[in-house]
Amino acid sequence: MGERTHPLLWVATGLILAYLALPSLLVVIMSLSGGLFLEFPPSTLSMRWYQVYWSSTSWMGATARSLEVAVVVTALATSLGTLASIALVRLTIPGKSALRALVVSPIMVPTIVLSIGLYSVYARWRLIGTATGLVLAHTVLALPFVVLNVTAVLYKLDRSLERAARSLGAGPLRTFTRVMLPLLWPGIASGAIFAFLTSFDEIVVAMFVSGSNPTLPKLMFDGIRYELNPVVAAVSSQLIILTALALLGSAWLRRRTDQTSR
Amino acid sequence: MRPRSSWGQALVLVGPALILLLAVYLYPLARLLALSLTGGADGAVGLAAYRRFLESTVYLGVLLRTFRISLVVTAVCLVAAYPVSYVLSRVGAVTLRTIMVFVLLPLWTSILVRSYAWMVLLQANGVLNNLLRRLHLIDEPLRLMYNETGVIIGMAQVLLPFAILPVYASLRNIDPRLHTAARIMGAGPWRRFWAVTLPLSLPGVAAAGLLVFVQALGFFIIPALLGGSRVITLAMVIETQVVDLLDWSLASAVAMVLLVVTVVLVVGFDRLLGLDKVWV
Repeated sequence: MGERTHPLLWVATGLILAYLALPSLLVVIMSLSGGLFLEFPPSTLSMRWYQVYWSSTSWMGATARSLEVAVVVTALATSLGTLASIALVRLTIPGKSALRALVVSPIMVPTIVLSIGLYSVYARWRLIGTATGLVLAHTVLALPFVVLNVTAVLYKLDRSLERAARSLGAGPLRTFTRVMLPLLWPGIASGAIFAFLTSFDEIVVAMFVSGSNPTLPKLMFDGIRYELNPVVAAVSSQLIILTALALLGSAWLRRRTDQTSR
Repeated sequence: MRPRSSWGQALVLVGPALILLLAVYLYPLARLLALSLTGGADGAVGLAAYRRFLESTVYLGVLLRTFRISLVVTAVCLVAAYPVSYVLSRVGAVTLRTIMVFVLLPLWTSILVRSYAWMVLLQANGVLNNLLRRLHLIDEPLRLMYNETGVIIGMAQVLLPFAILPVYASLRNIDPRLHTAARIMGAGPWRRFWAVTLPLSLPGVAAAGLLVFVQALGFFIIPALLGGSRVITLAMVIETQVVDLLDWSLASAVAMVLLVVTVVLVVGFDRLLGLDKVWV
């Protein structure tokens, strides 16, 4: 715009970005503390808290459970969300905007409200402490991210490609698998990444319905609420790295979408 | 497409998602509504649970505190989001991507990781207090946690990305020719900001405020960890009533109040300004 941004604005921006990012960075550094308590800066460096995490059956069990749930949620939310997105963008059905609002609304509903509702319903259905219960609930929470990502790509997609496929004799299923899916996959994969993170990091629903089979976030919450368990620092650092990788993946996918739609 | 085939297709495409939402989303919420209406003696149907909530000074205090904390957090987020968004809207692609990493990485980092980080930083013998003591700026540790200050610091950090994204989107969409026109007509930098940039970015600011405020109202993890038993919010009342006191009708009534306030704010805002227009 041919205009310099005021230096004070840069200073303010720098401070605010530090507020956003520094706390997590400090945890990564402190997770390498060799002492019994976390210190900054660490006086001795060691991987002891990482070792405790990797050799503890309860931490490993919770991690396995969270991974298992998150993988199934990703598959379920991605397929249900993609199908729903196609209907929401391509079909002319009455009440479409209400339907879209319903599918996206779990983002806005306070999780604590849904959690106690599920707690009450699951108690009757004997789903407390089961992976099925967690998977179903997390799929509801993950669905909006898939729908937002997939509809965003669908709106950019050229409809004449589908029409061409149909007029050349391809049925709806063939049009979907051979024409739409190859063009849609960056949006779908991006939605899948966010679905995975949503489930893997979810804590409030898990607190109520995971029962005696805690997920990783539930175990972290218990390790923080009444004492500051240093193992949580090691877990946190590894989660930060995982999140960074996931975001890199989604950024790469977004660039691919921009290229293919051009 | 003919309307008849379109119905069949719609059923196949939306049906599975709809069944899931009916069973583990709408039904549990409906059940809470039913539970909230059976709070009378011997489970008689009525508004007894709501009356118990609204007539108790303790719970009204909680309601007020929740609104107060959410308002302060919203104000902090908007003030912090504006300069960042403004800078974002005027930098090149590389700087933009770098700053976005700082905004998006925290947004997707587990909320427990971030709560833990703040607890390590803010506790009485935490990083911040130790630093200030070593610099001889304080003798006694500052109370930064287990009070509203700690809750606000933590919540504002978690919600700040939700404020930055819509404000940035509205600033980015301002036609640069408007600035040029204003400059040609002799408006200085301040005048251009007050007369062009700020008014045109207000829808984004409003959307940011709504997104932050609505989420702050229902926050559970941050108040529970950084506020402890001293800063009880609506979400914590709901948890305590269910887990410790087993008072389902009161918990459901509080949950319904929270849900209705949230829905009214979001739908009202959408009718007035249109949420999808300002979202990135």
